[in-house]
Amino acid sequence: MPINYYLFLAIALFSIGVVGVLTRRNAIIIFMCIELMLNAVNLLLVAFSKMHYQQAVAAALPIANPGVEGQLFVFFIMVVAAAEVSVGLAIIVMLYRNIHSVDINFLNRLKH
Amino acid sequence: MSISHLLFWILSVAVLFSALMVVTSRNPVHSVIWLIVTFFAISGHYILLNAQFLAIVNIIVYAGAIMVLFLFVIMLMNLNKESEPARHKWLQLAGAVSGGALLLVLVSALKNTELKSQQSLLIEGHIGLIKTLGQELFSTYVIPFELSSILFLSAMVGAVLIGKKD
Repeated sequence: MPINYYLFLAIALFSIGVVGVLTRRNAIIIFMCIELMLNAVNLLLVAFSKMHYQQAVAAALPIANPGVEGQLFVFFIMVVAAAEVSVGLAIIVMLYRNIHSVDINFLNRLKH
Repeated sequence: MSISHLLFWILSVAVLFSALMVVTSRNPVHSVIWLIVTFFAISGHYILLNAQFLAIVNIIVYAGAIMVLFLFVIMLMNLNKESEPARHKWLQLAGAVSGGALLLVLVSALKNTELKSQQSLLIEGHIGLIKTLGQELFSTYVIPFELSSILFLSAMVGAVLIGKKD
């Protein structure tokens, strides 16, 4: 499969995530759209890793596991995303407890 | 057109459609369900690329753990109704237009790259298998792997500390 298709698929997915962040007001849905963007990047990393694998195999390069770094990078992105979600949702729960809403228009209280 | 190419198109349409439904559903619970569908379709893409380990981890970590966390939080706050006041029409339009402009810029910048002739190998290749990734993870990348456990510990402590009452 040409790498171009994966590139455009990931770009489209990322843009959908950006539109979601810009148009919704619910903090949880904004958070979910950020997860969507992370997944677009993950998908593209895996596709590029398989592209490098095929290049190295075609050129018969003496590398042990060509392209494996991309997939490990995706693994670490997932690890960081899991940690980020746990802390982020804790912050949202705390905000909800304090201001009884998850509307981001009410989240400008830091300046008062 | 071979069966793997057909699967690629079906999965791509599924990914984009469910991602659009995540953004457009009014009910947050529906958004979460559509996001789970998106993650399953992305896992299908990983399987198509023979990245089996990542496909399974994607389902277990994202669709299993993270989405359950989201659902718990949404139901804890009793948000499972269409209570979100819509953002101003012009702001929504501006957001959609700027997202579309980003899409346009990225596509037009990248449509003539020299990568165009490169292929991404479907079905075959052994680098996505658990054996290869595990050997690589516990030899070359063992320090980042151990550091990620510290990251998890600090995230756990942080979540408990922030979520505590008062």
